[in-house]
Amino acid sequence: MTTTTDSTAYPDLTRLTAVQMADALAAGEFTSVELTQAHLDRIERLNPALNAFLLVDAEGALATAANVDEARAAGEELPRLAGVPIAVKDIACTRGLTTTAGSRMLEHFVPPYDATIVTKLREARMPILGKTNMDEFAMGSSTEHSAYGPTRNPWDLERIPGGSGGGSSAAVAGFLAPLAIGSDTGGSIRQPAAVTGTVGAKPTYGGVSRYGIIALASSLDQIGPCARTVADAALLHEVLGGHDPMDSTSIDAPVPPVVAAATGTRDLTGLRVGVVREIGGEGFQEGVQARFEESLDHLRALGAEIVEVSCPHFTYAMAAYYLILPSEASSNLARYDAMRYGLRVEPDGSPSAEQVMASSRDAGFGDEVKRRIILGTYALSSGYYDAYYGQAQKVRTLIARDFAAAFEQADVLVSPTAPTTAFRIGDKLDDPMSMYLNDIATIPANLAGVPGMSIPSGLAEEDGLPVGIQILAPAMEDQRMYAVGAALEARLTEAQGGFVIERLPEVPERAPAAAPHTRSDETEEARA
Amino acid sequence: MTATTGGSAAATEFLTVPFDEVLTRYEPVMGLEVHVELSTATKMFCGCAQSFGAEPNTRTCPVCLGLPGALPVVNATAVESAIRIGLALNCQIAQWCRFARKNYFYPDMPKNFQTSQYDEPIAFNGYMDVEIPAEDGEGVETFRIEIERAHMEEDTGKSTHVGGATGRIHGADYSVVDYNRAGIPLIEIVTKPITGAGSRAPEVAKAYVSALRDLMKALDVSDVRMEQGSMRCDANVSLMPIGAEVFGTRTETKNVNSLRSVERAVRYEITRHAAILDAGDKIVQETRHWHEDTGITTSGRPKSDADDYRYFPEPDLVPVAPSREDVERLRATLPENPAVRRRRLQGDWGFTDLEMRDVVNAGAVDVIEETVAAGASPAAARKWWSGDLARRANAQGVAVTELGVTPAHIAELDALVSGGRLNDSMARQVVEGVVAGEGTPTEVADARGLELVQDDGALQAAVDKVIEGNAGVVEKIRGGKVQAVGALIGQVMKEMRGQADAARARELILSTLGVEG
Ligand SMILES: [Zn+2]
Repeated sequence: MTTTTDSTAYPDLTRLTAVQMADALAAGEFTSVELTQAHLDRIERLNPALNAFLLVDAEGALATAANVDEARAAGEELPRLAGVPIAVKDIACTRGLTTTAGSRMLEHFVPPYDATIVTKLREARMPILGKTNMDEFAMGSSTEHSAYGPTRNPWDLERIPGGSGGGSSAAVAGFLAPLAIGSDTGGSIRQPAAVTGTVGAKPTYGGVSRYGIIALASSLDQIGPCARTVADAALLHEVLGGHDPMDSTSIDAPVPPVVAAATGTRDLTGLRVGVVREIGGEGFQEGVQARFEESLDHLRALGAEIVEVSCPHFTYAMAAYYLILPSEASSNLARYDAMRYGLRVEPDGSPSAEQVMASSRDAGFGDEVKRRIILGTYALSSGYYDAYYGQAQKVRTLIARDFAAAFEQADVLVSPTAPTTAFRIGDKLDDPMSMYLNDIATIPANLAGVPGMSIPSGLAEEDGLPVGIQILAPAMEDQRMYAVGAALEARLTEAQGGFVIERLPEVPERAPAAAPHTRSDETEEARA
Repeated sequence: MTATTGGSAAATEFLTVPFDEVLTRYEPVMGLEVHVELSTATKMFCGCAQSFGAEPNTRTCPVCLGLPGALPVVNATAVESAIRIGLALNCQIAQWCRFARKNYFYPDMPKNFQTSQYDEPIAFNGYMDVEIPAEDGEGVETFRIEIERAHMEEDTGKSTHVGGATGRIHGADYSVVDYNRAGIPLIEIVTKPITGAGSRAPEVAKAYVSALRDLMKALDVSDVRMEQGSMRCDANVSLMPIGAEVFGTRTETKNVNSLRSVERAVRYEITRHAAILDAGDKIVQETRHWHEDTGITTSGRPKSDADDYRYFPEPDLVPVAPSREDVERLRATLPENPAVRRRRLQGDWGFTDLEMRDVVNAGAVDVIEETVAAGASPAAARKWWSGDLARRANAQGVAVTELGVTPAHIAELDALVSGGRLNDSMARQVVEGVVAGEGTPTEVADARGLELVQDDGALQAAVDKVIEGNAGVVEKIRGGKVQAVGALIGQVMKEMRGQADAARARELILSTLGVEG
């Protein structure tokens, strides 16, 4: 590690929060090049075990860092997070940097343009460390469906880091990056945050531009921040948010005041916190439930009033989600046909365009992607449309009404983020239904477009693994969840003697032998 | 179709029944789908400029190439054009409507779905009155075409199949795709089933497409150049026995690209269907290709109502919800209906139906209006624009307005003729000069030395010379055959090298001979 910094003041730059990094950079205590290099060194050391990054752009990140350092030396006014490095989920198009969406189909796809949020990161002058691993086209809850091998959870390399954004959550949890970009279609930011002891927020649908984000399900996808603290997440949220004329569904309104909320009062007096009766109980791990109850006590202690609310249609959320998502995905993924870009596999002879499309799609897509394309194609077919897609949209409306009614009685809603702590790699790979159930608590927010975040609530007694609590707010009231999240985080930190992530054990540099069901053959081929 | 009827249907593939005879037994039903490319500056969902004939794949971006992550944004001008078209077609305008994805795989479609509208078109339930010549040849008959809907969508790229014998995808060595056209805004205008046209069905089809073309021009929303594909017609045709209530099986003849072809293709399909039905076979529901050169259609791909495009509302776009105020604002911008305008102008100009039809066919209504406004007489303006200039334009394969001759030129020319400086043949030479870029009519006449000889002295000398040399003709005239004077006028004009007023020459010949004209 090349550092000239006083090693007693900062024994390890990567352990700082993004806020601390930003402040120290602004104060000239160390340089962005030193900070970026510290992360690149840790990535080099730990990524072979974690497989969190699919691509590391050391040169690009250091160039941005050097640029920021020069600008700062010249006395230039810089954005708050200037010089703080970040990892970007491989679902966001980065000009000149291979963007795979975790798929073999896009193994060599180099976008000619930046996603709007990447442009914003560049404008915020944040060094981009690289692209993080994910379930193929964001389909999964474990990152095991990546064509480039699974990402491992820094808390236990034999366990999953959540999904689809497991690369981002592992990078942040493992101190490979202070911040990361996630995308959340049914929980892909929040569930990975929960199982890695980090913070993840899904903004209100339309709060952050989707332009340049490889689409899974357009009406559900939302980009958001992955961080280790609520305040860090808020800072990144503010960088990412805002209207984008390139995304018709982006909201033309100011970004909710999330930073102010995350750094404001810790007093929740008079706040009504709703506990959704339909989320929790059966299927939820004991330690998860226990930590959740404990968090409710903390909220009470902070002055909040806990009320029980009922959202009866949440019971159908999973079913509706698994019709809407595959339907939209089947159409969104139709463009991968080998005609203009992407993997091209030509059968022998003189194949027709149709045959080239078929063989390329067969070779380029993994099983989970094929499963959902088939599901979606079927659900949209004439004769089935009304019964499946049509009904699912009706359920969606009912869920939105449930939320509206619940937010009459409560200012925010809370639940455990995921039913269990991180499960073992391979455990659920052959059982799609049990994999899907991971998102049972997070999916309703996507269906209704409301914001949600997960913050660590502690470790489960039985396995010592992180547990997350989800906080949901009404649409365009993202600041509420940040206010509650920050207050609860402060209280938990005090009660537990530090942030949950500070209890992360030393991450081994070598992954254990592959579990029986991993696609370790592909891990070997993973690009780094 | 079963295997047993397949053979005989194939045998009747190119058989037809005389058209008039068909109509004694069958009632044709048509459905016309016309695609109009809007001439907006940019494409439907991205900022790419649209320009016909640009180098392939130079008018593209992540959006219209369907790159991963790209998202559409609706072109507001295209929506306004769509609403204006809907209003001009007497349609209701949706207060709220969405785009839908039409999913199917084809290499010229970058996303493998077309962003279109499905069950929520921007405009619906309209009509258009079209005029066809009356059956007795006098005046016109009006035929009302009911409009089902007009909806917005994007065009696909353009595939070119290289090699092989047919230029079609089957048998081609390879294909190339130009995505410049992908994403250009289209309005698809769909009629309700057109019944009751009987033997006039082909004419009605042509008149409808022609009227639609005029309307698009008047609205200034499209170039409507059928030969360049900026307006394309798909013609659905079926036959049912006269008196039947249920429509027959239809075929859809795709991409008929001229007005004449619309008429011919409908006529051909009517006779082809009749031959198949007469043979006791079934019509195969399919798309057909029209062949301009041979005047027939051939089988395309089978099409059935079960074709499943898996439509669903486009989640990347927000609904289009024009306010009532916007709709009324756009209604106020509608031009006079072309047919109404034509009737008004015909009255103002005093043209006969036949003259007016020539003017319309020459595409000269606007230019005559401007020429009259510039000071020419309507008769002179018509004579030039739908006569000499129309022929020149036709010969060069350009529009009459593209010859380089302006309404002001023709008004100036008319003044030169009526002022007595030029005669007809001189005026034609002047036009030739103007077309050749030699300048204004006056400049051309000056440069070419074209001017009627005003001096009777020279003319009288020529008259005397001709009378002297044509004793026989002179004898006839003096004997009362005054019409024989024409022969002498011709010779006088020749003597004068055309630079004389023929009427004055006649007067002088007759007065010299002492004969009453
Ligand atoms: Zn474009």
